[in-house]
Amino acid sequence: MRRIVFIFPILVFAIIGAFFAYGLTRDPSNIPSQLIDRPLPSFDLPGVEGLPEGLSTDDLKGEVALLNVFASWCVSCHIEHPILMELAKSEAVSIYGLNWKDKPGDGKAWLDRYGNPYARVGDDREGRVAIDLGVTGAPETFVIDREGRVRFKVTGPITEQYWIQTLQPLIEELRRS
Amino acid sequence: MRRILLLAALLFSTAAFAAEPDEVLADPALEARAAKIDEQLRCVVCQSQSIAESNAPLAKDLRVLVRERISMGDTDKQVIAYVVERYGDYVLLKPPVQGNTMFLWGFPAAALALGLVGGAVFLRSSRKPAAEAPLSEEDEDAVDRILEERG
Repeated sequence: MRRIVFIFPILVFAIIGAFFAYGLTRDPSNIPSQLIDRPLPSFDLPGVEGLPEGLSTDDLKGEVALLNVFASWCVSCHIEHPILMELAKSEAVSIYGLNWKDKPGDGKAWLDRYGNPYARVGDDREGRVAIDLGVTGAPETFVIDREGRVRFKVTGPITEQYWIQTLQPLIEELRRS
Repeated sequence: MRRILLLAALLFSTAAFAAEPDEVLADPALEARAAKIDEQLRCVVCQSQSIAESNAPLAKDLRVLVRERISMGDTDKQVIAYVVERYGDYVLLKPPVQGNTMFLWGFPAAALALGLVGGAVFLRSSRKPAAEAPLSEEDEDAVDRILEERG
């Protein structure tokens, strides 16, 4: 009985320690999306200044596509951009852009300078659509299925490795189903 | 006395946070409600701050959104539900009491109860002298013999 009294605190410490150790392995900036397996919130955005076409929810129906949140002020978007260009060039998947909280003209300047991988770009100057999507930062990318439902969300830049290991198999699976 | 008060004011003061001037609602009662809601919502960019404290652009957007919903006639609960629907329970600085948070909320109370019970048991067992073991028959006989010899 006495021994239990002494062992118990150590046991409790070990359990709490195990929880904390598990917590350290998780990325706190990766907040689970509320939209998974739900239809994309409806929106109808104008195009960025200089581009005629805007982006609405209906544009994202009928095929498996990516919806990429980007901004000219976003540093990680620089890292991601070449991969998106490559995906667009090889026609691996249709990519739609949501230009998040950019000043008028900045979005267009960015696309002119680095190339435009997007089938369509919507201008979310107020950031309202981003809030509806639960966006916490840029870049973020949503995988949308044929019915216009969100199936997956990538927080942070898509890397080549991430595309090969995670996104490509997922997109192929969604296309088959 | 004055010095002590001054010292206390300096030591125990906390920074005051509020919406930026261009966000503040004209109606002070509505603004007070909005400010209270701001304090309960986590800034999803900075994470350890509420949207009242954060100067991140997204926090500003959310403060504007909170004020807009309030002006539209939403109750405090509806405003919070609106944000939670988009960002999940994670956006609440105080986690709600529900199935998956039972452990979180219950653990401190359970640990305290266990500690109290354990402590009480420990104290009682250490204060009471060990119970005397009854003598075996042989010992009993030996005691009788010795007493008889002496008597």
